[in-house]
Amino acid sequence: MTEVQHVDVKDYHQDIQTLFNEGYEMMVDLTAVDWFRKKEPRFEVVVNLLSLSKNKRKTIKVKVDDKTLTVPSITDIYPGANFYEREVFDMFGILFENHPELTRILMPDDWIGYPLRKDYGSGRIPVQFKNAPKVD
Amino acid sequence: MVKNKENSEDLEFWATNSEEGGWKIDSTDEGSQKMSEEESEQQLKIQTGSDVVDDYFIDEETSEDERMIVNMGPQHPSTHGVLRLQVELEGEAVRRVKPIIGYLHTGMEKTGEELTYLQGPTNTTRMDYLSPFFNELVFSLTTEKLLDIEVPARAQTIRILMTELNRISSHLVALATGGMDIGALSMMIFGFRERELLLNFFEKTTGLRMNHNYIRPGGVAADLPDDWQKDIKEILKIIPEKLKDYDEMLLDNPIWKGRLQNVGILTTQECLAYGITGPSLRASGYGWDLRKMQPYSGIEKYDFEVPVLQESDVFARWRIKVLEILESLKIVEQAMNNMPKGPYKIQDKKVTPPPRKRLDESMEALIHHFKIYTEGFKVPEGEAYVAVESPRGELGCYIVSDGSSKPYRMHVRGPSFCNLQALPVVMADSPIADAVAAIASLDPVIGDVDR
Repeated sequence: MTEVQHVDVKDYHQDIQTLFNEGYEMMVDLTAVDWFRKKEPRFEVVVNLLSLSKNKRKTIKVKVDDKTLTVPSITDIYPGANFYEREVFDMFGILFENHPELTRILMPDDWIGYPLRKDYGSGRIPVQFKNAPKVD
Repeated sequence: MVKNKENSEDLEFWATNSEEGGWKIDSTDEGSQKMSEEESEQQLKIQTGSDVVDDYFIDEETSEDERMIVNMGPQHPSTHGVLRLQVELEGEAVRRVKPIIGYLHTGMEKTGEELTYLQGPTNTTRMDYLSPFFNELVFSLTTEKLLDIEVPARAQTIRILMTELNRISSHLVALATGGMDIGALSMMIFGFRERELLLNFFEKTTGLRMNHNYIRPGGVAADLPDDWQKDIKEILKIIPEKLKDYDEMLLDNPIWKGRLQNVGILTTQECLAYGITGPSLRASGYGWDLRKMQPYSGIEKYDFEVPVLQESDVFARWRIKVLEILESLKIVEQAMNNMPKGPYKIQDKKVTPPPRKRLDESMEALIHHFKIYTEGFKVPEGEAYVAVESPRGELGCYIVSDGSSKPYRMHVRGPSFCNLQALPVVMADSPIADAVAAIASLDPVIGDVDR
């Protein structure tokens, strides 16, 4: 039922617009996958579109350029992409061009690093009370 | 003695409804307590709340000084968890809203990459803590899709039974907390009271009241308890009666109607633009339900209807939850009557751990047990996205597998995360008191928002 379509970064915004006009009314999900040392380029943005009128799903995959790490934002087509793009920025550090407010959403604003990247080890931030001095 | 006499006179004076009197309504210390007699019908209606006067108008010339930014939350009972809202107020009218989330972020997607597929449901069940079965179900369905296996019929029916009971319990909490936010405190007590009935059944079946880890890849963790039909029959008997009580209390209640009707309008177009699914979309007049459109776990075999309302206000969103509980009860009844016999786990040694008893008898079982619990079963390379209809909307799970026993990437599309985006649309240009009702009607669960 789910079709997968690979698109180029250059055509990404235009293709999404075309699909929107074709009747994919809803953007259901937007996320990214980090193929660290497995694939080139490293990041891939995955967009899930849903057409309620045709009862169809479509998955769009965009490979993100390693140097710029930039993808055009689709918030002008689907306003619901706002939080999802912020989440991907927060977790992977991928920038979305023309996004109205690209700030961290889940992590604190002053957080350093992008947690869902594969080279970000979990448990690298010690738990606060782990190294606390012992009280007699 | 004179003093005594005075006292007795005092008593007489304060005794209400005494025949001899001396007690007059307009003779208390606070002055006249009489309500004005010449009150028009319109005024009475406004006082009782059956008529709402919308005297709010947008004034472009209001200076910046009159605008105020108020932080609502994260510690606020009506934000249903730790949701923080930056609200820009102009008098009592809400101008702009900015939801700030992340206070409950625990990195569950990162954790999910380090747990095996068998351990996965323990993690996902803690996301949307009001509908844990759905989280387990969607994770299990995605894993099964990658494994390309199909669970036995009994497991499927148990899954439907448990998830639909879960939908009832989740909606009951939504009704309860929604009532509490508006001031209908009895509704809060009623909702949680009836939910207890369901939680007791969950506890009996899974061992826990919340975070069950019951639905697992390959089936369910345990069979239903003895005499489970008795409990279900009790639920089927009590819940509709109580729903009738709620309707008697609230359906024609002028205060309830006045607070909720024509408040927090969310149209179909807005729902589509912001990706809002579930009861909010159906209350706006669009009959979209994944159980009908893209069925899972054999739910297409059940006979039920999808309630749709046209009003798209908070009242409709409240009402549709009540109607959905009734539909879910229908499914539960059918699942109870048509429960197939047979195994409740897939009979695949690579996926299902052997029963404890077999370990003493069979070397092979011991090896499988050891392999599954230490290394976990391997899932072929690929990726899958599966969605189910959770009480709050489309709950999706996206898993990328690299052929190992742990997901390479596990992403959960939580409905609350998406529905929260519509909060500025729902709340803008409405009084702050209605804003609370609007949050409650969207029913966000912060565990699902922040993950």
